[in-house]
Amino acid sequence: MVNFIWVLMALVGIIFAMFHGTMNMVNEAIFKSAKEAVTISIGMISILVFWLGLMRIAEEAGLLERLARFCKPFVRRLFPEVPPNHPALGYIVSNMIANMFGLGNAATPMGIKAMEELKKLNGHKDEASRSMVTFLAINTSSITLIPATVISIRMTYGSVSPGEIIGTTLVASTISTIGAVLIDRYYYWKHTRKGGKR
Amino acid sequence: MAFIQILSTWLIPITVAFILLYGTVKKVPTYEAFVEGGKEGIQIAFSLIPYLVGMLVSIAIFRASGALDYMMNGIKPLADAIGLPAEVVPLAMIRTISGTAALGMTTDLIATYGPDSFIGRLASTIQGSTETTLYVLTVYFGAVGIKKMGDALKVGILADILSFIVSFFIVLLVFGQ
Repeated sequence: MVNFIWVLMALVGIIFAMFHGTMNMVNEAIFKSAKEAVTISIGMISILVFWLGLMRIAEEAGLLERLARFCKPFVRRLFPEVPPNHPALGYIVSNMIANMFGLGNAATPMGIKAMEELKKLNGHKDEASRSMVTFLAINTSSITLIPATVISIRMTYGSVSPGEIIGTTLVASTISTIGAVLIDRYYYWKHTRKGGKR
Repeated sequence: MAFIQILSTWLIPITVAFILLYGTVKKVPTYEAFVEGGKEGIQIAFSLIPYLVGMLVSIAIFRASGALDYMMNGIKPLADAIGLPAEVVPLAMIRTISGTAALGMTTDLIATYGPDSFIGRLASTIQGSTETTLYVLTVYFGAVGIKKMGDALKVGILADILSFIVSFFIVLLVFGQ
């Protein structure tokens, strides 16, 4: 499906440009966005090195395992395939906590580590496992406690109460996360019913 | 508000201090462990490049050609019919595709209609309560080399749609039109 969407966006764009005289813009966008993608990847090095370094200390100290054990009753149900006290759960929980506080920079390295651990559990296959899809669903709908970026924009534009959207954001993101997990479960159920595996 | 500001500035330094202290107490060779873990970060960043280049270029073509705007215009009447301000529809759609573009749009909506307007509040809530699905998918799966994504994309996009609908109703309920 990702192949389809990827090709579709590019082809529709190019064909659309043929008829709307925007080919110049498309031409420019190709090289600009490719450069931007590299800049983003390289720019991520500092954050990835710093947080993965720290997380290695946390892992060796047994901190991640403790975190996993602490959140077990809750996370276990979401990820029934992951063995209890497995480091993957620790990374998943750290990622969720970082996301809740709007610390995207800290969340990404931990999310990647979580995916890596889940891949190991899945026998290093290049196919997404059930747990990976669940983790992704939770991530894209991400429960947010403090939407820091939005609050700062609201401050800049002179809001009377920049933080007033914390409540609505929290409720909206919580409901949508629950919804995301249900959608994920529905697709899993549909697959298992067909007798196929993910 | 003051508490939240303090919390968001203190949280990271405190976490860093806590991990370092905990590691020291547990007799972990902290510096060596840090360096070992950090090396992985470099590899991950480099392996991400092709995934991000591919995805961002495709999105950029779609956007620069004007096809995205065209598509969004087509959906506007539908939004009007259910009482959703048409101005927010582009944001709801682009939030799934591009994080930077969405942030730009949110800023623009807040600047144009004011942070305390219905549109301003709705845009803030949408921006805060979802992630850029395509980006998360590219980065997380790209970094570990997942090629067959299964239902991940479908689930992610459906979750986004749900998120926008819920945001709309919550903002309507709490603040009114």
